[in-house]
Amino acid sequence: MNDPKVHSPADLELARRILAGDEAAFRDLVAQHHTSMVRLAAMYCGTPPVANEVAQEAWLAVLKGLPKFEGRSALKTWIYRILVNRAKTRGQREGRQIPFSALGSDDEGPSLDPSRFSNKGKWSEAPQTWEATTPEDMLQRKEAMAALEQALTELPERQRMVVTLRDIDGWESEDVCNVLEISETNQRVLLHRGRTKLRSILEGHLSGR
Amino acid sequence: MISCKDITELITDYLEGTMSFVDRLSFTMHIAMCPPCKRYVEQMKLTVATTGEIPSEPLPEHVESELMTIFQDWKAGS
Repeated sequence: MNDPKVHSPADLELARRILAGDEAAFRDLVAQHHTSMVRLAAMYCGTPPVANEVAQEAWLAVLKGLPKFEGRSALKTWIYRILVNRAKTRGQREGRQIPFSALGSDDEGPSLDPSRFSNKGKWSEAPQTWEATTPEDMLQRKEAMAALEQALTELPERQRMVVTLRDIDGWESEDVCNVLEISETNQRVLLHRGRTKLRSILEGHLSGR
Repeated sequence: MISCKDITELITDYLEGTMSFVDRLSFTMHIAMCPPCKRYVEQMKLTVATTGEIPSEPLPEHVESELMTIFQDWKAGS
């Protein structure tokens, strides 16, 4: 149990339970990751039905590969690597580009409208106080929350993926880089741009006067 | 001196803790002296925390049962 190469003993234990045929353990894992896996697969290989198929194949590969899982990475990262490899192969077969190979035009340029600053870079239109100051306040603001959810779905897909993994699924940046095969810098750019847009959406709904 | 505009571009590096010591110092000095930027940083933190409150999409029942079939088949075959 104290093998320093083991990243997470809990993951190793979970793998062992699934290997032993524990249905509930597998059900939990699937409930936690499948939707997110389909979304990620779709970026590599197109339509949701194909992505769902790829994610299902990945699960079977996970089950078959589980005896080889040694706990050197988080189980989650290991699963997503299997998924991405399959989705990539499938996407290439269909002649699609790898989505994270480069940043797109959506990911460049200033993140906020330049007209909000003077030419010396000082605020000309400064942010106003918001009518909500904690996540609990925010949850009461149904309209703002709905707008936030909508805005997330409308982010450029690379930004949406990074923001979802980091800020909703709670992944570490290292794991995101690892699975998506992007540099720390690009991961940060995507996160930055996505978060900046989401803040702007909330601003539109919460700025008091 | 870094500008307010710089603050809005560097904020993610700041929140991620990837800034050099010197850059971090100028960042924190700026927000200490500039209420709009301080507000901007607070709002960005709140945005991140609020995004975290968005519930993950539940797994549709028929998808779950398909996956459990894969599991059953694998179990039967292994």
